[in-house]
Amino acid sequence: MSELTIVRKLTPAQKVLRVFNNSIVNVVLVIVAIFWLVPTFGLLLTSLRSSSANASSGWWTVFTAPAQLTLENYANLLSNETITGSFWNTVVIAVPTTFAVVIIGALAGYAFAWLEFPGRDWLLIAVIVLLAVPIQVALIPLARLFGDLGIFGSVFGVILFHTAFGLPFAIFLLRNFYSQFPGELMEAARVDGAGEWNIFFRIVLPLGLPAVASLAIFQFLWTWNDMLVALIFTNAESMPLTVAIQTQLRQFGSNIDVLSAGAFLSMIVPLLVFFAFQRYFVQALLAGSQK
Amino acid sequence: MTDTVTAPHSPRTGKRAAPSGRGRRALIIISFLAPALVVLGALVVYPIVFTLVRSFYDRGGDAFIGFQNYLTMFTNDTTFTAIRNNILWVIVAPLVCTILGLIFAVLLEKLKWKTAFRLIIFMPMAISMLAAGVIFRGLFQENPQLGAVNAGIVGIQSVFEDSSYFPGAKIREGHGVVMEQSVMVTEGEVAPGSSVNFPLTAVRQTSLPEDAAQAAPAPEAGGDQVTGTVFLDVVPGGGGEQGQIDEGKSGLPGIRVDAVTVDGDVAAHTITASDGTFTLEGLDSAQTYRIALPASNFSEGPTGVSWLSATFINAVVILAYIWIWAGFAMVMIASGLSAMDRSLQEAARMDGATEWQVFSRITAPLLTPVLLVVLVTLIINVLKIFDLVYVIPPGVSRPAANVIAVEMWTVSFGGGNDYGLGSALAILLLILVLPSMILNVKRFREERRA
Repeated sequence: MSELTIVRKLTPAQKVLRVFNNSIVNVVLVIVAIFWLVPTFGLLLTSLRSSSANASSGWWTVFTAPAQLTLENYANLLSNETITGSFWNTVVIAVPTTFAVVIIGALAGYAFAWLEFPGRDWLLIAVIVLLAVPIQVALIPLARLFGDLGIFGSVFGVILFHTAFGLPFAIFLLRNFYSQFPGELMEAARVDGAGEWNIFFRIVLPLGLPAVASLAIFQFLWTWNDMLVALIFTNAESMPLTVAIQTQLRQFGSNIDVLSAGAFLSMIVPLLVFFAFQRYFVQALLAGSQK
Repeated sequence: MTDTVTAPHSPRTGKRAAPSGRGRRALIIISFLAPALVVLGALVVYPIVFTLVRSFYDRGGDAFIGFQNYLTMFTNDTTFTAIRNNILWVIVAPLVCTILGLIFAVLLEKLKWKTAFRLIIFMPMAISMLAAGVIFRGLFQENPQLGAVNAGIVGIQSVFEDSSYFPGAKIREGHGVVMEQSVMVTEGEVAPGSSVNFPLTAVRQTSLPEDAAQAAPAPEAGGDQVTGTVFLDVVPGGGGEQGQIDEGKSGLPGIRVDAVTVDGDVAAHTITASDGTFTLEGLDSAQTYRIALPASNFSEGPTGVSWLSATFINAVVILAYIWIWAGFAMVMIASGLSAMDRSLQEAARMDGATEWQVFSRITAPLLTPVLLVVLVTLIINVLKIFDLVYVIPPGVSRPAANVIAVEMWTVSFGGGNDYGLGSALAILLLILVLPSMILNVKRFREERRA
């Protein structure tokens, strides 16, 4: 039997083949990686060239004439009140939405994981069904409802909309995470006389922080990057960056300075969040589709 | 019930306390659940019902019209294009993303720089579809001077053909050659054994190709040849004699020269050398020819593919989607791979199975559940695609790129004001995601049982 555990020796030919294969894989993946990077890189370089340069030549000419690089577009962007205002609006929409989704989702997630009540499983299945509901079904009725409530066109409406459509995923993700806690932990706390609120704030929230972080990052990026909801529910005063930028699309060529710098500006925050918390973001995606 | 529930405050005596144990308990549960239920009920469930009902009413919502909106949806050209495009999307995009994700995830394992590779492929997931749209619209611009993709294509083309382009060039009149309908041609016919010079003007010194050299006199022509020189009849800084090949005048390389028979056929053609000279060979010494520089020499050059036109627009938008979502598929599949027990694969390798056999017979079948999850997630996502299709196509090719979500926006908010048809389109989207919803619930129940 011991022969089986001996690692099979590779013949020289197999060794050569393996090295060869590996280097082919490496070359192919380097090319793939370059192809994947070029679009973003091109946008960055475009945003660093003047509009006249962009009208007459492509961003790749930077490599032969680096003198054309300029921060002019960004300077213009930052003195453009529509853009700075919409950047602020994006923050005002994305941050409260993230908090609302996390808080409401955590409360419900705990109830679904650890509180017994009639119809719990059916309610949970309802939440799972709502996971895939396209936001399109809510656009017309909520435009009307928000109109009646007088919040159509304000950031408040957008926050409500995103909170509602972020909740099924939040509840689902947090319930799954919370239900993995050992039952003895809750039991012990209850025996010690801790109420549900106590358990929630003292045990569940702190222990569930990794899941909350995943959810928060996912929800923040989602809301930050949204265009459709904001396109309908905001006006010129309350519009976020995505909507402000898309108004320039009609004249793609002549507005390329605003478009490229604006698009890159809108990407900076998500990219920072992404690189800083990549692990949590991946976790959220895994929890969302595999659990 | 109160006793079995573990709330320690619940009174064990049968006496009814002011808020009874059961009532108190219910109150606690409600306080945890209520915010979520109220928000979901008012802003998700109620709108679904409202939209469903609304889809049976006309645009203003006054008249009940039954299934009329649904009929319109499938008979109206615009909406029908949208539905057809959505089908194309659902077939192509999730599959390509999953296949690419699978390939990346499998190859990734052997890579020393896998973290970097994963970050690079996954990064587009973080940015908005608007930004991705701006990026791809820029990349696929038609003008090869501006759009990187066409610049690449034209660049590769020019490696294989050494033609040059001199848009706007003119002929110097009075030297035996004339302009006829944008073709430069000899005034009369010439017999083999002679030479023809083409003095051109209106070519900027700065746009001369790098290999352009001092123009040389036409070489001696043989019995079956016509020779000549195509040159820029301008001495930088002035001087020289018009129509003569003087010192300082540049030859024009890469120009196509044709020998045209009386019947209008091209008997021979060639390309000028860097000193502008050309030699047309193999001509019949008994015939005469007109020597012509065809109009293609003086066009703008290769113009690049109109990627953003109706023909290619769907391919471009789907490509942008793949750029974003292949990373998602890769990360999902990679995590499935890393969770996998590798003993089977090891055993197969021991038995002499090739890597491909190991992959196709063992790894891939074991990955099937993960691949299905990725596909379903992507299908749901693709059905609702909006931003990319809204951003990338320029006005003219928008109708060709239309999808249901964009059409829904257009008919209800983008000027249509037809909330009836808009509601019907939203319900269509809901119906399309129904199978995935059922699958989600099924998977959940199976996991519960497990």
